[in-house]
Amino acid sequence: MEIKDIEPKEMEPKEMELNEIIRPENLVYKRTPLMTDATLSYCPGCGHGTIHRLIMEVVEEMGIQEETIGIAPVGCSVLAYDFMDVDCSQAAHGRAPALATGIKRLWPDKFVFTYQGDGDLAAIGTGETIHACNRGENITIFFVNNGIYGMTGGQMAPTTLEGMKSSTTPYGRNIQAMGPPYKITEMVAQLAGTYYVTRQAVHKPGPVRKAKKAIRKALEVQKEKKGLSFIEFVSNCNSGWKMTPNDSNIWMEEHMFPFYPLGDIKVDGELVQA
Amino acid sequence: MKELALMKGNEAIAEAAIRAGVDGYFGYPITPQSEVMEYLTLQKPEERTGMVVLQAESEVASINMLYGAAGTGKKVMTSSSSPGISLMQEGISYIAGAELPCLIVNVVRGGPGLGTIQPSQADYFQSTKGGGHGDYHLIVLAPASVQEMADFVDLAFELAFKYRNPALILSDGLIGQMMEKVELPPQKPRVTEFDQSWVITGKKGRERNIITSLNLDPDKQYEHNLKLKAKYDSMSQDVMFEKIDCDDAEFLLVAYGSSARICQKVVEMARDRGKKVGLLRPQTLFPFPTEEIARMARKVKGMMAVELSSGQMVEDVKLAVNGKVPVHHYGMVGGKIHSPDDVLKAMEEKYMGGY
Amino acid sequence: MRIVTFEIVLLNTLSMAKAKGAIVVDVERCKGCEVCIVNCPTDVLAMAEEVNGKGYHYAYMINPEECTGCANCAVVCPDGVITVYRIKKN
Repeated sequence: MEIKDIEPKEMEPKEMELNEIIRPENLVYKRTPLMTDATLSYCPGCGHGTIHRLIMEVVEEMGIQEETIGIAPVGCSVLAYDFMDVDCSQAAHGRAPALATGIKRLWPDKFVFTYQGDGDLAAIGTGETIHACNRGENITIFFVNNGIYGMTGGQMAPTTLEGMKSSTTPYGRNIQAMGPPYKITEMVAQLAGTYYVTRQAVHKPGPVRKAKKAIRKALEVQKEKKGLSFIEFVSNCNSGWKMTPNDSNIWMEEHMFPFYPLGDIKVDGELVQA
Repeated sequence: MKELALMKGNEAIAEAAIRAGVDGYFGYPITPQSEVMEYLTLQKPEERTGMVVLQAESEVASINMLYGAAGTGKKVMTSSSSPGISLMQEGISYIAGAELPCLIVNVVRGGPGLGTIQPSQADYFQSTKGGGHGDYHLIVLAPASVQEMADFVDLAFELAFKYRNPALILSDGLIGQMMEKVELPPQKPRVTEFDQSWVITGKKGRERNIITSLNLDPDKQYEHNLKLKAKYDSMSQDVMFEKIDCDDAEFLLVAYGSSARICQKVVEMARDRGKKVGLLRPQTLFPFPTEEIARMARKVKGMMAVELSSGQMVEDVKLAVNGKVPVHHYGMVGGKIHSPDDVLKAMEEKYMGGY
Repeated sequence: MRIVTFEIVLLNTLSMAKAKGAIVVDVERCKGCEVCIVNCPTDVLAMAEEVNGKGYHYAYMINPEECTGCANCAVVCPDGVITVYRIKKN
């Protein structure tokens, strides 16, 4: 977002004509051109759109659009490459970190990121996630955790909370049968190869601005070739959770954040002490 | 000045890979082909040509590293054996669907399941009839000597890039492990220009490229499938086979790889007994030498497919022959190798009386 | 005066006279999720009674005179349909 000079108004505020305000020279914010014109395929209120936009804003501000390669997952964001104007590859479910490894090893100066959901990264892709992190591949992993499988119709995810209802846990997630949800982000922070690990959210303006700073930091880590940067975005799935978008964000604050607390987990290669 | 060496088949693959200017190898150990990656790491190819060699955490990871890197237009390869190749099928289907060039080497061992580490040819179906899901084909090369193990690496990449399709070298534990004299190919430089019409190396001076095999619109998927089919049909122009003593043959053996090596001896022995036997050795299993076998079917009285399996390639021989002459089968299973005597005896039994 | 965070911008604008802002919503792209409405600090926004071509109600400024151009609505909008303007005096 651009920083603008602001002068306080000397006189009493009065009604100004809108067309006096809405002028190119008064522009404060618009969607980055690095998001394509395609209408997002996400549900109304879904955090995916916001996260895509923030990543593209940072890519634009760093001037690296021509050097960036994104890997799209299988999940709701399977069509992420339709919305982000950078070279992209589709990956099989869970395999994005392996694709990113292959690309980054052969093109070490490009900016390579994966964009993955909770099933992609923490269920079927667990092996690829852990090992890319362990090797410290110089890539950035964007992990969108909404505790459910959106695209396939709302089934349980490895990050689904205890008692949370889903289409395969209609009576709530039963810990005895399914095990508890697990925090893969904290797990990968334990590995020496991860340099920057953080958990963010995009449901309110304050968290959005923090999340954008985190994305910038992650790509700077990649630029400086320090190791793997990993950002988990705790996000909503109002469709899967069967709520309105605003209710889902409140529910997320009340239920997801206590289990998946926001903040930096590992900075400059060191775990952040609580 | 020829560069000669005495090497194992697996080592020849590795040395040929460095010399073909391969950019990256991503693999996982499995018997009987681990020497490929061991040889590569020992050679320090990062110093010889800058080639990247990475041991991945699984075959699933290996094939997906290939998928990622292949999308950037680099020459990348992996090697594995039967159970590992099974793990790669998902990735291979994606690579074929996204139309990317790469090389997979399968040093086949006995199966199914964990099986044995001895050689087999029972992955023929897996290699030529799909293996992974969907309507696709791999370019499949079948070396029968350590020399061909070396020569087929560069050839496989030529074909893979020509058709933008994954290629498979279908070897087996015998050829992988045996040592023979090999003339090593010269060092090719690594590629520095990449086709900007499809590679994902960063959108510089062009629109973005997207590597994908997803087409949710059925009309688009339909067009894509037709395009793929046309591509596979056109591959018949690159069919390769070797014919031994076929000009006056009355009976034809059809065999590839190590089975063909045995059959070479069988032809010799049969000829010594006055029997006019020839050998047709496919060197490409896809495209299969269908036309040539159909042509031979008009000349011979019968054929026998000889393979280290309970009957896979024989089906393609029968399809090509289309009922013109009897097609028999000799199959050795279990990781064991047939002897020339076994094959000769089986062949003579088929042809008692009428032949 | 150069401001470095928008939190401070808000404080400054509240302690001094209101800066004047306005937003433009890309009506056809809005999906009526209402996240912008609850995140506007000065209650500028509401859902229109009309629907767009896709059948979604869309956001609009019901209290335009309260808009400070803080861009909170725009930054939380998942579809990025909001463009923000603010009067600046040089």
